[in-house]
Amino acid sequence: MTIKLVEPKATAAGDRRRGERRLEFAHAWDYAPAPEAVDHVKILPRYELFIDGKWQAPEKGRYFDTLSPSTEQKLSEVAEASAEDVDRAVRAARHAYDRVWSRMKPLERGKYIFRIARIIQERSRELCIVESLDGGKPIKESRDFDVPTAAAHFFYYAGWADKLGYAFGGRPVSALGVAGQIIPWNFPLLMAAWKIAPALACGNTVVLKPAETTPLSAMFLAEIIQEAELPDGVVNIVTGAGATGAALVAHPDVNKVAFTGSTDVGKRIQKALAGTGKKLTLELGGKAANIVFADAPLDQAVDGIVNGIFFNQGHVCCAGSRLLLEESVHDLVIRKLRDRMATLRVGDPLDKNTDIGAINSRMQLEKIKELCAAGEAEGAERWSPPCELPAKGFFFAPTVFTGVAQSHRIAREEIFGPVLSVLTFRTEAEAVEKANNTFYGLSAGVWSNKGARLFKMATQLEAGVVWGNTYNKFDPSSPFGGYKESGFGREGGRQGLAAYLHVD
Amino acid sequence: MSERRKTGAERRRPGADLEPGSEPADPLARLAVKKTWKMYVGGAFVRSESGRYLVTADGVDNYPWASRKDGRDAVTAAQAAQKGWAGKTAYNRGQILYRLGEVMEGRRAELALSLERAGESQPEREVDAAIDRAISFAGWSDKYQSLFASSNPVAGPHFGFSVTDPMGVVVIAAPDRPALLGLVGSICPVIVSGNVAVVVVSEVDPITPLILAECLATSDLPGGVVNLLTGKRAEVLPHLAKHMGVRALDLWDLTGDDAVKLEVAAADNVKRVTRRSLELEAWYDETRGGSPGNIERFLETKTVWHPMGA
Amino acid sequence: MHPIASGGGPAERGTLPPPGPTPPIDRIAVEERAAALGKRSIKKATKVAGLKLAISMMDLTTLEGADSPGKVRALCQKARTPEPGDESIPSCAAVCVYPTLVPVAKKALEGSRVRVASVATAFPSGLSPLSVKLEDTRRAVELGADEIDMVIDRGAFLSGQYQRVADEIAQVKEACGEAHLKVILETGEIGSYDNVRRASDLAMHAGTDFIKTSTGKIQPAATPPVTLVMLEAIRDFYYATGRRIGMKPAGGIRTAKQALHYLVLVKETLGDAWLTPDLFRLGASTLLNDVLMQLKKEASGAYQGPDYFSKD
Repeated sequence: MTIKLVEPKATAAGDRRRGERRLEFAHAWDYAPAPEAVDHVKILPRYELFIDGKWQAPEKGRYFDTLSPSTEQKLSEVAEASAEDVDRAVRAARHAYDRVWSRMKPLERGKYIFRIARIIQERSRELCIVESLDGGKPIKESRDFDVPTAAAHFFYYAGWADKLGYAFGGRPVSALGVAGQIIPWNFPLLMAAWKIAPALACGNTVVLKPAETTPLSAMFLAEIIQEAELPDGVVNIVTGAGATGAALVAHPDVNKVAFTGSTDVGKRIQKALAGTGKKLTLELGGKAANIVFADAPLDQAVDGIVNGIFFNQGHVCCAGSRLLLEESVHDLVIRKLRDRMATLRVGDPLDKNTDIGAINSRMQLEKIKELCAAGEAEGAERWSPPCELPAKGFFFAPTVFTGVAQSHRIAREEIFGPVLSVLTFRTEAEAVEKANNTFYGLSAGVWSNKGARLFKMATQLEAGVVWGNTYNKFDPSSPFGGYKESGFGREGGRQGLAAYLHVD
Repeated sequence: MSERRKTGAERRRPGADLEPGSEPADPLARLAVKKTWKMYVGGAFVRSESGRYLVTADGVDNYPWASRKDGRDAVTAAQAAQKGWAGKTAYNRGQILYRLGEVMEGRRAELALSLERAGESQPEREVDAAIDRAISFAGWSDKYQSLFASSNPVAGPHFGFSVTDPMGVVVIAAPDRPALLGLVGSICPVIVSGNVAVVVVSEVDPITPLILAECLATSDLPGGVVNLLTGKRAEVLPHLAKHMGVRALDLWDLTGDDAVKLEVAAADNVKRVTRRSLELEAWYDETRGGSPGNIERFLETKTVWHPMGA
Repeated sequence: MHPIASGGGPAERGTLPPPGPTPPIDRIAVEERAAALGKRSIKKATKVAGLKLAISMMDLTTLEGADSPGKVRALCQKARTPEPGDESIPSCAAVCVYPTLVPVAKKALEGSRVRVASVATAFPSGLSPLSVKLEDTRRAVELGADEIDMVIDRGAFLSGQYQRVADEIAQVKEACGEAHLKVILETGEIGSYDNVRRASDLAMHAGTDFIKTSTGKIQPAATPPVTLVMLEAIRDFYYATGRRIGMKPAGGIRTAKQALHYLVLVKETLGDAWLTPDLFRLGASTLLNDVLMQLKKEASGAYQGPDYFSKD
């Protein structure tokens, strides 16, 4: 027996023609603005350099503004560290290493780091506001991801401090000395945590240079470090741009350089360190494939696609920027994706309902626009949901390119923005080939309901992180880092200790 | 094209004076069959594409003088072999390395004689250590994973683990001495995990490495997994260091500006570079020369996440 | 064509019109998404509008063995005028009762727009012969029910007799006549999101007007992720057939905050067209007072106490 479809009733009137079928995500019940209250956060008009446990003015007396990318308003000004200032910071770090930190009982070292974790948790509210103000990311992300994960990272590595002898199968280990660390603007506080926590746990002292567009949360972290009574000079923070970073890399008394940022700068650092014997770890760019098979849980895959590319405005080195769809579900997934994108809320980073905040800087916005123009010129089809962007500030609508070929620039170059390039494949082998056909190798996603396929794909993908039926998950216990030109060394987990130790 | 050439027969003939013309050849003596030494690339024994050759220090043997293009061919051969080699089971790779030890044992005398000719004072000791090193790393093939992998206790409903992957093509500048132990000790930890190697061997003793090549060739090791080049490091390495298909450099005992230049060139595709030295005795030390850390240096870590819950 | 496993007799074997293979659901991801939507900040005017919308979508429910005419009349009064004296508060969508109490409700709701919904088909187990279920349905409609909330036979569903489940729904739908049909999947008993999706597809293809999560008698009842899975099934069905199926989470929805969470799920999954009582209902017995308290709080600025709201 076959069930016949019952004719629709008035209330469930069907749209007869397929073309008429579409969902409206407009204003039937609109969310009122829900801005996070910011009055309890005190941002100083000016920040000095944090050297030897004290705020110290830069030698040359130069300062630069840090803007809110969502309003283009000046938030504060911070010191620009010269080579002399960097030298001062490295000397403070060396002194602290020789006199205190290398002599301290490992468990005591760990206890300081635990303290930092706890104070970050305690001050999480203001930290997430500062992070969103200065960097433009949605408050829900700084609140639910950046700040708690930063605290978790300190908490995790704090526990390693007295266990290093067990970490490498009993092989003897020792600290390196002074670590120079340069971090990017996409996850300012979290990247500071990724760098500082393992360095300290392994017994090193630190000179950290935050990115010039997002220095503020590091200034708050300096306050936290003071509050934790960390011995002077164990962590020093020098603000500045490329020249400051270069001075730190070039400093002869730095034993270790850790860098997260673009592949271009990473290569320059690697060259600069040639022959110095300094230990180097690099976490660079990516152009990850997010691969969706026809048998995947497609609605959840769409969530993963959205999270993969629009999380933090796509300013994520492991962003799933290349969507590889099995050709048989291409149209279906694109339809679902467009419906989902139509609900994304672009705007004020401090609004609790904002899904996509501000692009970090005008420069980055220009780069995104340039690559999108290239995508159109090369013949890919561009689509964005209807969305009103704020008049002020740096904003970019979530964008999908379909009909992208492997040779297009938007399929090869890292855009570092909310721009997704969609390609198709027919077989598993083709998916792997396309996914690996890049000089990057940071991450990949695979969506399939077939366990055997997931394991095989995970084995074949040349990527430091493979997310199966999920995307953009991070944990302090989970090593993160790239293959190929996405860098070397790992952050997170036991493996992350190797970056900060001599291991015999 | 080359310096004056002397035959092995001349040297081995009892009482032979190395000065030419000092004694007439014995017309009834058996003439030894002299080996044409060849490099080992892609599983084949080849001359340099350049047609050039060098002569050993004792003036007895000729051997190929590898060119930039030989380096390129070796990388191509290695790339072709990589997938298959990495795709073998760890058990299988272990058996092949063990087989290498067996074959070396069978040619123990030949290897020792060659080392002796190159001036090693304790050639048997070095051969024994080299064989044992191969056997030791054979045993690591299915064990290092347990050391370097992890199950990651992530704070959420996901199952997370990290495993290791080989990097791909690794270029090894083998130490001059110990020519055999240093070679076996640097190759085995690189290939045991599924990497493939392009090796520029000792300049002091290129012949023993080429005997090792014959061992490699008869050990069930697929062609291209190990490629041995003889010649001048300073000539070949710069090209290998900037080859975009090479993933890592393992540079032994290199110093000075040339080594710095290699590191600079390596940055063009973010190669992993290891520069190190071991004193001669340390090569014999199992905890140092035989450390699994030598395997770990040429591994990538891959972290995999999957939700738990259906 | 989608093959249907059959545990029934030969006469019951057959195929459904194409529901297609049931798409798999990933538990962790769907729960994450549902939780994320629960973090939407709904304040001030949005909150007031949302709460009023929620009242208008409410199926005020009493399904106790002790239900009496008096109890039902009180409930009907509450449904007509949830907050006497405040014209801005809409009436509820329906009152949901057992069949024998339908005439009481019908009479109490005369002249209002509140509809009468009746459970039927051997509620809550669904384990009676089909003829009894059909008779149950016909009687409820004859007694005046505008809407029928039926339960599926979970035993049949879990033992793979999908055709039988579909047939029953189709026949109950026929027995409903002009009355609207809501099919209760009892998601707390069918074990997985995959099954929730399968049962949703089955019910929609068999002709239901609404799909509904739960009877309220089994825990867990409605949850945001279960609702999200069903909303996604509705979305796919709409694209495939052009028909808009309604959704009703029921059971366990007690607070205004939960109600708003469900509205967010609808808004961001199916969009504007579904934000109406015609296509979305909330089945609840104690939710209304919390919603009224929240509305009062928004209007007065003072947090409210339970004694200021009638318990019916």
